[in-house]
Amino acid sequence: MKELIQRSRKSFTVVQSIEADVPENVWIKCPSCRELIYHKQLAERMKVCRCGYHMRLTAREWLALLDEGSFVEYDAHLRPTDPLGFVSPKETYIDKLREAQRRTGLTDAVVSGIGSIEGRRLVIAVCDFEFIGGSMGSVFGEKMARAAERAAALGIPLLTINTSGGARMQEGVIALMQLAKVNIALTRLAAARQPHIAVMVDPCYGGVTASYASVADIIIAEPGANIGFAGRRVIEQTIRQKLPADFQTAEFMLQHGMVDMVVPRSELHSTLAKLLRLYAPEGRAAAHKSEPIATALASV
Amino acid sequence: MTQTLTPWDKVQLARHMQRPRTLDYIRGLCEDFVELHGDRRFGDDAAIVGGVATFEGRTVVLVGHQKGRDARENMRRNFGMPHPEGYRKALRLFQHAEKFGFPVICFIDTPGANPNRESEERGQANAIAENILTMAGLKTPIIACVIGEGGSGGALAIGVADRILMLEHAIYSVASPEAAASIIWRDAAKAPDAARAMRITAQDLLELGIIDEIVPEPSGGAHADPTTMVATLGDAIRRHLNQLLAFDIETLLQRRYERYRAIGQYEEDASGILHTVN
Repeated sequence: MKELIQRSRKSFTVVQSIEADVPENVWIKCPSCRELIYHKQLAERMKVCRCGYHMRLTAREWLALLDEGSFVEYDAHLRPTDPLGFVSPKETYIDKLREAQRRTGLTDAVVSGIGSIEGRRLVIAVCDFEFIGGSMGSVFGEKMARAAERAAALGIPLLTINTSGGARMQEGVIALMQLAKVNIALTRLAAARQPHIAVMVDPCYGGVTASYASVADIIIAEPGANIGFAGRRVIEQTIRQKLPADFQTAEFMLQHGMVDMVVPRSELHSTLAKLLRLYAPEGRAAAHKSEPIATALASV
Repeated sequence: MTQTLTPWDKVQLARHMQRPRTLDYIRGLCEDFVELHGDRRFGDDAAIVGGVATFEGRTVVLVGHQKGRDARENMRRNFGMPHPEGYRKALRLFQHAEKFGFPVICFIDTPGANPNRESEERGQANAIAENILTMAGLKTPIIACVIGEGGSGGALAIGVADRILMLEHAIYSVASPEAAASIIWRDAAKAPDAARAMRITAQDLLELGIIDEIVPEPSGGAHADPTTMVATLGDAIRRHLNQLLAFDIETLLQRRYERYRAIGQYEEDASGILHTVN
């Protein structure tokens, strides 16, 4: 299931190398239609090419979904360690972490906190695929679990933006157990009767789809996003099956009943705002009582 | 002999064709086993078996991966790699157990969830995720026993429990050593290195605090003396089940919550209590 990390990373590298060749990165080539797009134009369209291709966003870029200035980050002080003392003939896990931290400016693959959309407060947790393929290890699991518990304690919805190649190999079975950790935390959210809205973006595989993202109350997928349990290459190599061209795309998942809707990025904000209106009609009023959050959270 | 086994040796033992399987334990430990079939949604998956039986005078629900003993049976049971309908059958049995107040005993023995087109079309990820969520809150005691291979999400999908027991030479891992080696080093031939680095043995998992007890195997491994193996595991299950039955459900669920909530290792520096603002 985690094979996809590499497959995807290749196309990611292509984007980066092209960016590097262009002076000051002002032109970006669409990995799908290969057209060069001026970076300001691309930013305005939230990195969606004219051809409809949805480019990947970093965790920080996703936070633009929230009301301006509303985001307060939590758990930024959680840092990964090397729980197994992972022995590798090549780079150590710690080296790999340091390199990813230096390159992305993140401590691990999830950024989480509290923000609002059209004034309605929610807990948000966003994965970053650039950090070791968005892989799910201890910090990822802990941040997601805390996000779910925090949403439950505050009585506000949980929004997750998900992209991941799967569990983090270097944390072994501890990484696997994060699937159970996040799901068990979600039982608190369910008890608080607050919705979990999961947005699945390209690519979304393995541990993330096999745990919290697939049991969300509402699942939204981005057009063309690759979503599944095991990656295409794993399936082709182990089972030697021929797979249809649209296999594991968001549209394929919609057709097979695995997601509620496929929403283009341009309509994502309004879709989320509408859902929040439906599930949190009192959310706006609650937003005014924002001062005690820090106090409430101290006990969360 | 045991002391000289490498993690890779244990992988071979855990996968041994003659190793006792789920049905061997069920038949050896229980009376009046009635196998229940099907997920009521799509079909019946022979890679997962389950049903009700009497264990120590008490009705229990049993669920386990079932590998074959020969090529033909392995074809029928898909080498113990379930499709979504297998996990949904297990889900139905978990809910069944909760409804009637029967404890659940699971036997884990799979290379992993089946990775193929049909599994994806029918929602393999969703099936596993639903099971993990349901087991997390299931209002009845759950004991999981890793009897052979504990392969990734495919194992965890019947493995969220109040007690996890693991046979001495069983393995439990986030991915098979072969898959992990190809992911990390792009070389499946480095599987023995991955087996060591990923700390997949029962001894490792006990040290990491993931499992509760290692169940000793007869000398030569479980397959050398299946009768003794079945009896030894039965003793361990009995002991843990009696402990769990002493808890009221609320306490049981609270302890289960704390157990899983505590898994993971990270640093948390005090300065971080100050939030960073975007």
